[in-house]
Amino acid sequence: MLLIRCPWCGPRDEAEYHYGGQAHVAYPEDPSALTDEEWARYLFVRANPEGPFTERWCHTAGCRRWFTVVRDTRTNEILAVSR
Amino acid sequence: MTRHPTAGLVDRSVPVGFRFDGQEYRGYRGDTLASALLANGVRQVGTSVRLGRPRGIYSAGSEEPTGVVQIEEPFPEPMLTATTVELHDGLVASGLSGRGRLATTPDPARYDAVYAHTDVLVVGGGPAGVAAAEAAARTGARVILADEHPVAAGPTGVRLLARTTVVGYYDDNYLVAVQRRTNHLGAAAPPHVARERLWRIRAGRVVLATGAHERPIAFAGNDRPGVMLAGAARTYLHRYGVLAGRRAVVFTTNDSAYAAARELAGAGVEIAEIVDTRQGQAVVGVEGDTGVSTVEVAPLAGGATRRYDADLLLVSGGWNPVLHLYSQAGGRLRFDEELGRFVPDGCRQAVSFVLDESLPGSTFFVVPAEDYRTHFVDLQRDVTVADVLDATGAGLRSVEHVKRYTTAGTAHDQGKTSGVLTSAAVRQALGGHALGLTTFRPPYTPVSFATLAGRDRGRCFDPVRVTAIHDWHVAHGALFENVGQWQRARYYPVAAEDMPAAVRRECRAAREGVALMDASTLGKIEVQGADAAAFLDRLYTNVLSSLRPGAIRYGVLCHADGMLFDDGTVARLAEDRFLLTTTTGNAAAVLEWLEEWLQTEWPHLRAYCTSVTEQWATVALVGPRSRDVLRSLAPDLAVDAAAFPFMTWRDSTVAGLAARVCRISFSGELAYEINVPWWYGTALWEAVYAAGQPFGITPYGTETMHVLRAEKGYPIVGQDTDGTVTPHDLGMAWVVSKKKPDFVGKRSFSRVDTSRPDRRHLVGLLPDDRTTLLPEGAHLIATRDVPPPPVPALGHVTSSYPSAALGRTFALALVKGGRDRIGQRLYAPLGDRVVPVTVAGPVLYDPEGARRDG
Repeated sequence: MLLIRCPWCGPRDEAEYHYGGQAHVAYPEDPSALTDEEWARYLFVRANPEGPFTERWCHTAGCRRWFTVVRDTRTNEILAVSR
Repeated sequence: MTRHPTAGLVDRSVPVGFRFDGQEYRGYRGDTLASALLANGVRQVGTSVRLGRPRGIYSAGSEEPTGVVQIEEPFPEPMLTATTVELHDGLVASGLSGRGRLATTPDPARYDAVYAHTDVLVVGGGPAGVAAAEAAARTGARVILADEHPVAAGPTGVRLLARTTVVGYYDDNYLVAVQRRTNHLGAAAPPHVARERLWRIRAGRVVLATGAHERPIAFAGNDRPGVMLAGAARTYLHRYGVLAGRRAVVFTTNDSAYAAARELAGAGVEIAEIVDTRQGQAVVGVEGDTGVSTVEVAPLAGGATRRYDADLLLVSGGWNPVLHLYSQAGGRLRFDEELGRFVPDGCRQAVSFVLDESLPGSTFFVVPAEDYRTHFVDLQRDVTVADVLDATGAGLRSVEHVKRYTTAGTAHDQGKTSGVLTSAAVRQALGGHALGLTTFRPPYTPVSFATLAGRDRGRCFDPVRVTAIHDWHVAHGALFENVGQWQRARYYPVAAEDMPAAVRRECRAAREGVALMDASTLGKIEVQGADAAAFLDRLYTNVLSSLRPGAIRYGVLCHADGMLFDDGTVARLAEDRFLLTTTTGNAAAVLEWLEEWLQTEWPHLRAYCTSVTEQWATVALVGPRSRDVLRSLAPDLAVDAAAFPFMTWRDSTVAGLAARVCRISFSGELAYEINVPWWYGTALWEAVYAAGQPFGITPYGTETMHVLRAEKGYPIVGQDTDGTVTPHDLGMAWVVSKKKPDFVGKRSFSRVDTSRPDRRHLVGLLPDDRTTLLPEGAHLIATRDVPPPPVPALGHVTSSYPSAALGRTFALALVKGGRDRIGQRLYAPLGDRVVPVTVAGPVLYDPEGARRDG
């Protein structure tokens, strides 16, 4: 059970949060300008590194705010949290 | 009896009567079932699971591999170890051969759970644990000390959890422990006290003072009752005053067993021989009927066999620190060849392991032999060295694979005594590589599901949500179904009606007269702000910014992959204010979806979302006479079709209540949805019900709602869609804007896959036989004869009902290229029969929409 520090509410149990996958996958500026392959990459392809991973979490059972976490996927250690 | 006259900590002033395998016995308060059985001379507890060999008491703690019992009374519990069951009056137990029986009656006991936060958690209340807890408490830290034994008192300033086994160690120093609170009291357990309590503990720092487990040695016949870990015999003597035998052979690889020999001899046990592998000697065989009677000893280098009469064979293969929790925490373990034992080798969590340096290890594991078929490594799973050699002979190299191949270490004890031995046998077979262990996983000891469930069972398992009008539905005999967490009235049987009869009657009322339904469970979300319209335009597939205040539009939401995930209506309340409805089960998901885009992609948009589901009670008033009913309730409201057109809303007074009336229809009939503050839900419902009496107003439930909407081809998200369906697949291209430059999902509609002509389309199905009701989920094929597999399935039935309005059964289905198959014959193979059906458009009732305005 991870202890995640919500930037608004403080440290809370992982069970209060919702996982949101890789962070900073921006919605394309102009989707119609993308090829099918580029659009598919936006939709379906995500990084899966062994080591530090920047990911999104939402404090669903608390303030309902999304924020960013850097977590080491090898150890589950949370290296940074930011709004 | 083999009870020592004075030794031990049991309370001899309190005798305890119990029954085992049908026999009455006596022990003392402070005994375990195992110590009491040994004291009564019971050597065999059960038989092994696969080979049916006799099994006795092997250890004195939770590492016990063999002494597995079924508790019969006070309450049936399967698969407990006799070494951890505290004796109490009235205990009835029996030995097991591998598998226990669950209780067939409900468990009357309570179970609960506690969350605790502490600076320091010390696991293990031996001298080291107590010292650690004391030292930590002196610094002013909050300290919890947990011990699995019935410890009476802990150090000052420390919260002691006795009879508490820490079973799991998770990320960020989160630990789970099970406290046995009243099990040891038997029938005297007070019913208001939880029988077991689950502790969820977040600790700043953890000290593991969990001690060590003695390791067995693999030799011929090492599974026979009477073979016991040497340290266990010391425990039976010192804690329980029980002599585990009369005449013992001690077989050891290290110094620790000498203390056992010395102390047992002092207590009156005759020590026949001490066999030490370091002196080149080993036990090579054990004889006996059920238990040990003769021990065979021979030099390791070969030579004559000596035989000793003995009823007890004490074994010590060295000690292993109990590193299970340390390993669960992510700690590394390393086998120290010099010490002959595993040692903790670093962990990223804030944990310390207290290593008892006085307990020696060993690197001797298996007595060499020609035949390894009775050299047991796992006494519970009946796994021998021969089985391990079979596994390595079959090409397995990893101890993890050998575990799965042989099942070694997979029993209730999870290999506490067998793990290292299995690993050593693998190493011996393959030579060379380092001694490894399989991954330790929670729980350390078995945990009952009742304890894990705690209070979260039965009615308390999940929240139950009911509408403001719920009590009326109950009082009027409604039967309910669960939709998400909501309880919704499904139908209202009159007299002895079954569901089809009730639904026929309710449908007829809605189509021919007037009917009312509680629609309060639909999700309602208000979106406000200067950019609310722009925001909704980005998410809904159609244009909503062009909606006038006072008007309503149907809209669907798609994920970015273009797949539809919710639908509902959008009412514009003001320039900067919208009210969305969602499907009942998806309300929370839609709100999260809106928030996610607002917060993560478009934080600059001035739009704010609030759930108002439970602010508004909603009564759907449906049928050709609904206007008459509404007119009588809302004299100030112009209700004619011209003044109050379809897909608009009006604020008005209905039955004296401030109400928002929407002209929305989910049935194809003239219909209104009247919204009032939740508190007035029943008042509104009762007023509508009373005003409708002259017209025979009929309450209807979700089953009728489903039939009415299906007759009109309106899909239900999650029933007629499954996350692979686009609006176009549903025949709803009209809800997808071609004008908007972008909205979430738009780009996906031009992907090759989403524009295929042979995608599955929503169509109607008419069984040739007008009474045959297709089961939902039935597959559809093109031929009457089912071809050999793989059968080319064309789609499946998503909704299926008998229809009073159509005078026949019908179904909705997702069918490959379905819109191009209208009029075609398809077949639904249903096991023993094949049902021919004709494909139709999805709208089977009033396709021209003539009934909408009444």
